[in-house]
Amino acid sequence: MAPRPPRHRVNPRALRWWTVQAALTSAAALLPQLVALELSDARWLVVTTSVTACLAAAYVLIMPSWRYRVHRWEADEHAVYTLAGWLHLEWRVVPISRIQTIDIERTLLQRLFGLATVTVTTASAAGPVRIVGLDAQEADRLVRRLTAITQADRGDAT
Amino acid sequence: MNEPAWRRLDVRMLAVFSLSEVGAVVVVLFIMLIGSRGDGAWQLIGAVLAPSALVTHGLLRWLTVRYRVGVERIELRSGLLNRQVRSVPRDRVRTVDLTSSPLHRLFGLSVVEIGTGSSTAKDGRLHLNAVATKEGERLRRELLDRSPIAWAKPTALSALPTSVPGTLPGSGPVRESHLVATLRLSWLRFAPLTTAGLVALSAVFGTGFKLADDVGVRLGDLDAVHRVGDRLGAAPLWLAVVALTLGVLVVVALGSMAVYLEGWWGYRLTREPDGTLRLRRGLLTTRSLSIEQRRMRGAEVAESLLLRLFGGARCAAVSTGLDAKATSHGALLPPAPLAEAHRVAAQVLLLGDPADATGAALDQHPPAALRRRLIRTLLPTVIVVASAWWLATTVPQLAPAWPAALLALPLAALLGLDRYRNLGHALRPEYLVIGQGSLIRRRVALQRRGIIGWRLRQSVVQRLAGLVTVDVVTAASAGRYSVVDLSMDAAVHLVNEVNPGLLPTRHPTNLSADLTNDQEGRFAEPTLS
Repeated sequence: MAPRPPRHRVNPRALRWWTVQAALTSAAALLPQLVALELSDARWLVVTTSVTACLAAAYVLIMPSWRYRVHRWEADEHAVYTLAGWLHLEWRVVPISRIQTIDIERTLLQRLFGLATVTVTTASAAGPVRIVGLDAQEADRLVRRLTAITQADRGDAT
Repeated sequence: MNEPAWRRLDVRMLAVFSLSEVGAVVVVLFIMLIGSRGDGAWQLIGAVLAPSALVTHGLLRWLTVRYRVGVERIELRSGLLNRQVRSVPRDRVRTVDLTSSPLHRLFGLSVVEIGTGSSTAKDGRLHLNAVATKEGERLRRELLDRSPIAWAKPTALSALPTSVPGTLPGSGPVRESHLVATLRLSWLRFAPLTTAGLVALSAVFGTGFKLADDVGVRLGDLDAVHRVGDRLGAAPLWLAVVALTLGVLVVVALGSMAVYLEGWWGYRLTREPDGTLRLRRGLLTTRSLSIEQRRMRGAEVAESLLLRLFGGARCAAVSTGLDAKATSHGALLPPAPLAEAHRVAAQVLLLGDPADATGAALDQHPPAALRRRLIRTLLPTVIVVASAWWLATTVPQLAPAWPAALLALPLAALLGLDRYRNLGHALRPEYLVIGQGSLIRRRVALQRRGIIGWRLRQSVVQRLAGLVTVDVVTAASAGRYSVVDLSMDAAVHLVNEVNPGLLPTRHPTNLSADLTNDQEGRFAEPTLS
């Protein structure tokens, strides 16, 4: 018996968003080494730089599509349920009655792709449930619907 | 509704505050007087400024900090330039903590700390340093007493988990305070097995040496030290080593007993008629912690390796409003016999039988979990041993010593085995019990009603081994507790046993196939109504 993956995939535009993110991360790891390589030509620097370059290329090429195949979410009147990750998988499920706040977040990069992240927090210090890479309008609709559901079901949430 | 007036801290806090900071001022003055070689004027200014700055600081705090307990909210105002008003709904108060250091006791004062349900540590706690002890007691009673006041929810008492009423003395609402546990002097034998004494002693020795050094006493010059040194030098080496070790051990043991007595003298754990758990302890610094029974989310029994060898354990509360970072917070019992720890854990959870909470027999996790434990302890050890061998081949002087490193291998295997043996979980009628760890073996019982979410985590290695880690999310203490390395089956079963139908399931058992097969439109694409 295994958990059934949540019903909905994230928006396909998230693929491009993740690619850009991966590219930025890779650049941040690569650039200092390239600069150092300009200044000196130590043997080990060549090795680390080429290894980093290979890893970065793999990361940019593989991670976004892999992530897209994994990431899923679903929300109904009983629970919010997500599956995220690529190498590490993480399923999170929160009963509606335990939800405290529902936030929507759009970083600059997300806005560029018309995406949004919905964050559902509980009373726990262990961190919220996040649904990333939603279409911005769909995220709005989701938040409205979840707000309506949680207001109908008012528990103490602790 | 007429709001009560704002109250100030007790004016005696000025004296306590100044006296407690005297040490710092002395150091500052000392540095100024010794350090600066300039003319006397600066030194004079320093000598006047430092104490007056201190008194002003205390005075400002007394003038600016005010609090009031209204019908619905507690409010705390503070700050001169950065005015701050914090307001906490009264029904959010979960714990009230009164602490009096010897200095506070001299002036009849207590520091009050009020814990709320908020998960962020900063917003979650209100701190009053200090009020009169009587006022502290009044606050404690008033803030946690839910019974006679209109805003108390009608569910307050009915929500108490009443387990098999009648079978347990004092289960359900109690009329008078019911003693749960009190200190037994025989428990002192566990004191040397904790690190508290060692830490305190090294601090004492550290400052002692430093002071002696500052004053100009060199220990090597002392006659007594010389005589002892000569004796030891004259004796055979093994005798000297044994004598020294014994001496240190005795001093550490005595020191840790002193620390134990200081912390736990007069220990009484009671259940009060107003529905709180109350813990009182302390010889010099007295502490009183009150936890609302309704907010108890579980209990934890922990055994460090040393304590475990001698049959001892600790017991702590899992409750909202406790500061997860401060380790002493939530301790319900001094280090005590294991059976006593389990008994107290059950009692504070209003259970008659420890087997319904931390004392439950656990379901073991699959053999793959054993393989993982062994790999995780053995692999780093093998690497260390290999590097020791490499070191021995390059530095010939070390060659005779390196086989000793081989001893680490069986120890690591034992550790892995023990970690697996202690790993497990059990579902009891009201509690989920989780066991894990070896160097510190923990058993935590979490109230099933107090679980507010679940996470299943699976790393690449776990996926290959068919294992998954379940995080149980709660509002209390640490925020989440992990059930490590379950089979996927057991994990899904666990979630759905506690929250029926929460985690949807499907039957083809191979999980890794899910993620690839499901892609081709097995489910409809997202359409949100």
